Amino acid sequence: VSASVAADEGAAAAPPGEALAGGAGRRIGASLVAAIALALAILFGLVENGNQGNMSIAVFALIFMASVSAWNIFSGYSGYLALGHAVFFGTGAYTIALIGTDWHVPAGWAVMALLPVCGVTAGLVAIPVGLVALRTRRHTFVVVTIGVFFIFQTLATNLAFTGGTTGVQVPFVSWSFSVFNQRFYYVALALVVATVALSWSVRRSRFGLQLMAIRDDEERARGMGVRTARVKLAAFVLSAIPVGIAGGLWAYFLGSVYPQSAFDPLFDIALALMGFFGGIGTIAGPLLGALVLESLQQYFTQKFSANGLYLIVYGSLFLVVILLMPRGIVPSAAQWIRSWRTQRAGGASKPTAGADVAQVTS
Amino acid sequence: VSFDGLIEAIIDGVLTGGVYALMAAGLSLIFGVLNIINIAQGAMVVLGAYLSYVLSVHLGIDLFVGLLITAPAMFALGVLLEWGFMRRLREGDRTAMSILVTYAFAIIIEGVLTKIFSSDYRELSAPYVNNSVHILNFYLPVIYLLGFAMAAALLGGLYLLFFRTKFGRGLRASLQNRTAADLIGINVDRTRMIAVGIGVAVTACGGMVYGATVAFNPDSGYDLISRLLAIVILGGMGSIGGAMVSAVALLVLADIVAVAWSPVWSVLVFYAAILLVLSLRPNGLFGARAVRAQ
Repeated sequence: VSASVAADEGAAAAPPGEALAGGAGRRIGASLVAAIALALAILFGLVENGNQGNMSIAVFALIFMASVSAWNIFSGYSGYLALGHAVFFGTGAYTIALIGTDWHVPAGWAVMALLPVCGVTAGLVAIPVGLVALRTRRHTFVVVTIGVFFIFQTLATNLAFTGGTTGVQVPFVSWSFSVFNQRFYYVALALVVATVALSWSVRRSRFGLQLMAIRDDEERARGMGVRTARVKLAAFVLSAIPVGIAGGLWAYFLGSVYPQSAFDPLFDIALALMGFFGGIGTIAGPLLGALVLESLQQYFTQKFSANGLYLIVYGSLFLVVILLMPRGIVPSAAQWIRSWRTQRAGGASKPTAGADVAQVTS
Repeated sequence: VSFDGLIEAIIDGVLTGGVYALMAAGLSLIFGVLNIINIAQGAMVVLGAYLSYVLSVHLGIDLFVGLLITAPAMFALGVLLEWGFMRRLREGDRTAMSILVTYAFAIIIEGVLTKIFSSDYRELSAPYVNNSVHILNFYLPVIYLLGFAMAAALLGGLYLLFFRTKFGRGLRASLQNRTAADLIGINVDRTRMIAVGIGVAVTACGGMVYGATVAFNPDSGYDLISRLLAIVILGGMGSIGGAMVSAVALLVLADIVAVAWSPVWSVLVFYAAILLVLSLRPNGLFGARAVRAQ
């Protein structure tokens, strides 16, 4: 106990702002992890509860948590806004549907084993897309990703092997009603964990630093010896893979794939909205954004099913987020807490600081 | 493909290209003035079509006369977009943010239209919409001719406004250098606001012709915006003349593909154009200004 007091006093002796910021940052990180664990526990509760409606909300939320986290690996870290990740989502969805039917894969866990293939096809598609799109910078890049998205939607609607507008049926699972959603929940949870692990390791790596250098100043990063083209392409492909897997899982969960739903422009914008809502470039932000917004959207769709209304709510929410919290919930909250702590520390005189220490030790 | 069929496709392409040129010119103008990519331009065209629909079906107002009401309404929407949102974005990442904001606008417009009109397809009708005139060997729908004439007149008007008036000079000055324009006494904020208003107001006219030539529903905005973006990218963002040339070129090409191959693939002409241009000249067709901004 006395050691911790000494440590606290040592921190107080250091330049106050810096020490407080560091400590606050660590504590905010810890509390965020706790918040996410809590949210997952709530989702888990929904699943265990046995209410099928709630269970499917949880599965959709997890699919989007994985997708937004993956999108964030490219767009969040590199600062390049990609609005075409539905291409990879749809590619994954069609992969599982087409391969599942053509190879006569027995429905059940065997189809789940195809999920990595969805990641591979999405990654393969991402290479040429990235090679073309990443020749351009910033806002041109955004427009190109939108254009590429519409190419894929048109192809999926009109090519023979995708089944046109009637879509493709995914092998039907014979799992009983009571375990169906639960099993999908666990697979989706595993995907989220894997994607977050990927995002976290990228963030902590040299590769992640290079990406963030590109975000801050691309010319400078290149001047410092970052091979920007290669790094950007690698991040783009890396972020496509989990989105493809999520698309495959989503298709299997729904049972059928249509061009309009698999290649959905709203998916593109949803990733950006959820990312910005939570805070892009962070680990927790995309998770939080997807968890809150996708759960809400699924809930509203189940509750009201009014088709126009949720578009209005969605768009308005997006406007509010961008105008009021352009950096997202997580960074805004972190800054808010930090400034609150600095303010409190700055205003406090010696005795109250001592009282604080006493409180900590007791 | 018969020779006459090909010629007819080319004529149709030129006539519809004029209307697309008008809509793309609005998009290009907004980009040129503010560095904003208005993703909602497609949804706004559809909104314009619905406004014309309401006026003609419920109030019995002629489509062209109705533009006197819908164009100012769309102008007001553009002013709101600039004043309420664009102005509040930080200068540094305004372009990227504007894409998100206008995308949200597009979604809201789509939602409102779906809520009011459902997602059924509608079509504008008037005596001149269903008639066609017989010239040489070809039957030309009257609405195509009227639409082209109106688009040409409005584009001409825009040209005069930009290059022959004081407002136009101020606009071009604030486009070249904001600070310098400020210093010589141009009210840059107001100029920009009016420019965005004009850029959006043209969608009322474009939307009316669009709604009279094809069936539309609240979803149609997506198809439109991808075509408009392709036109604007090919023509060079911010260049109104470029938008006109590339609109006509792309629509003629798309119509030829539709006749020679299948209407299904004609839309790919637009996307292929984007990819081709960008893989050959990533910055080239964007003009020097955009390159410097990057």
